[in-house]
Amino acid sequence: MAEAAVIGLAAGIVAGLLGVGGGALFVPALTIFLALSQVDAEATSLLAIIPVALVGAWRQRAHGNADLRAGALLGLLGLGGAAGGAVIANAVPERALEIGFALLIVLVAVQLARRALRAQPRPS
Amino acid sequence: MAAIGTAAGLASGLFGVGGGIVIVPLLVLWLGYAEREATGTSLVAIVVIAAVATAVHAAYGNVHVREGLLVGVPAVAGVLLGTELQRRISTRAISLSFAALLVLVAGDLLLDG
Repeated sequence: MAEAAVIGLAAGIVAGLLGVGGGALFVPALTIFLALSQVDAEATSLLAIIPVALVGAWRQRAHGNADLRAGALLGLLGLGGAAGGAVIANAVPERALEIGFALLIVLVAVQLARRALRAQPRPS
Repeated sequence: MAAIGTAAGLASGLFGVGGGIVIVPLLVLWLGYAEREATGTSLVAIVVIAAVATAVHAAYGNVHVREGLLVGVPAVAGVLLGTELQRRISTRAISLSFAALLVLVAGDLLLDG
């Protein structure tokens, strides 16, 4: 339980810092430390993401970094995909979800590494 | 825009992530956003996407509210800290460490699922 809360805190820091990665930590935290199944961990991760993204968006907006209209439009355009993805997640075997999730977080890792190696330090 | 939204939505509903991994790079590459603006804009989109994906999963009975709060509430404190830190420090070392951690988690998942 305590481990899950600590990883939650870490996931929030990473999400605020890098803009991605909250869910990539929530899901394994929920399966490893709270013994949820893959699909339940994914669903529960999504619930946890809502307040995190809300607060993150609010802070980024305060710093002038969020285009509210574009973000809302993107979200609305993503509704069908989000509902479809959730339906598919419930239709496929757990093992397929685990493998897909593993590949997704490798993709996240590759992108973060490329971004980091390309970027110069950029204090504001 | 529609392609980015749909891809992010699918990734989100299917894998339980926000979709920032899809949105941030595509906003930068396709629409010429600066990285920080892409991050903030992505978070706005994620609120909407995650809410719908959660609702659909909840209809299947997959959502554990107590466990969600257990990771989500500390994460809210974390994101406040993270957005403040983002303006002060270079995120390079953190990105690389986090990338390494994700590869380890993925390896663990693939090997003994």
